[in-house]
Amino acid sequence: MEEALLFILIIMLAGALYALYAKDLLSAVVSYGIVGFALVIAFLLLQAPDLAIVQVVVETISLVIMISVLIISTREDLQETPVAKIKGASYIQFRHMMYVAAALVITGLFLYFFVASTAMLPAFGEHQTRMATEYVQHGAEKTGAINLVTGIVFDFRGYDTLGEATVLFTAVIGVLAMLRLVGKKEEL
Amino acid sequence: MVLFIMCFILFLVGLYGVITRRNLIKIIIALSIMEYSLNLFFILIGYRKGGEIPILKDAGAVPPVVVDPLPQAMILTAIVIGLATTALLLAIAIRLYRKYKTFDVSGINALKG
Repeated sequence: MEEALLFILIIMLAGALYALYAKDLLSAVVSYGIVGFALVIAFLLLQAPDLAIVQVVVETISLVIMISVLIISTREDLQETPVAKIKGASYIQFRHMMYVAAALVITGLFLYFFVASTAMLPAFGEHQTRMATEYVQHGAEKTGAINLVTGIVFDFRGYDTLGEATVLFTAVIGVLAMLRLVGKKEEL
Repeated sequence: MVLFIMCFILFLVGLYGVITRRNLIKIIIALSIMEYSLNLFFILIGYRKGGEIPILKDAGAVPPVVVDPLPQAMILTAIVIGLATTALLLAIAIRLYRKYKTFDVSGINALKG
């Protein structure tokens, strides 16, 4: 169980790293798809079938959106300008190295604090349900849904779901406003 | 414990990408990777050894060990919101591309309309 999850996490890490360093944007998007679909298998192993279904749908839709964005724009990654020819080349190279160093220092700090704080968490698989005990024991008779997850989403935490619907609606309105071309005077 | 740390390393890969990449599409991909690792972390915490799926076979009979359904319900919401934000980011990116003909964030600096 843990070994399988570890293997899936290694695949996800490889996909993520390749997505960041790929020269072709289309292959970056495809390896991002590897991360998402590996996450589906991880959800199935962790006994969360509802999440696996939702993740399959969401991953497919976001891949379709990303690929269609690449089709109407470009799939080439940015060309690295040959730094040696411009004036102040050593300064620019120094600045790039400073960016990478700063990013590595920040991620290292985060990792240190995370490892320090995982000591307080219960180990993997030893989790004790505190709040959900009530939901598990009496959720089915209170809500009438034998699927406890949907019982919580739509009944115990209905207001959260209402807020989610609001966020979704706002995002859709935002996308429509961004992509609206009717009524524009200038050509974009 | 190893699983938690690996999951957090995935988050850090996304963070590193957001900080160092200059291509908008890659920044969006890195943001989504961060979000995925957070989702996975919640579900990893909620797992119980030998736990059953939180779907009862018949109402009333609760299995002795069930995985925690509360993080699953939270993440179910978070995944859908993540899709919406990714779509919004991509719409902004394609709009910027139409205006500036590039995905380079350091090339998109002319603020005048």
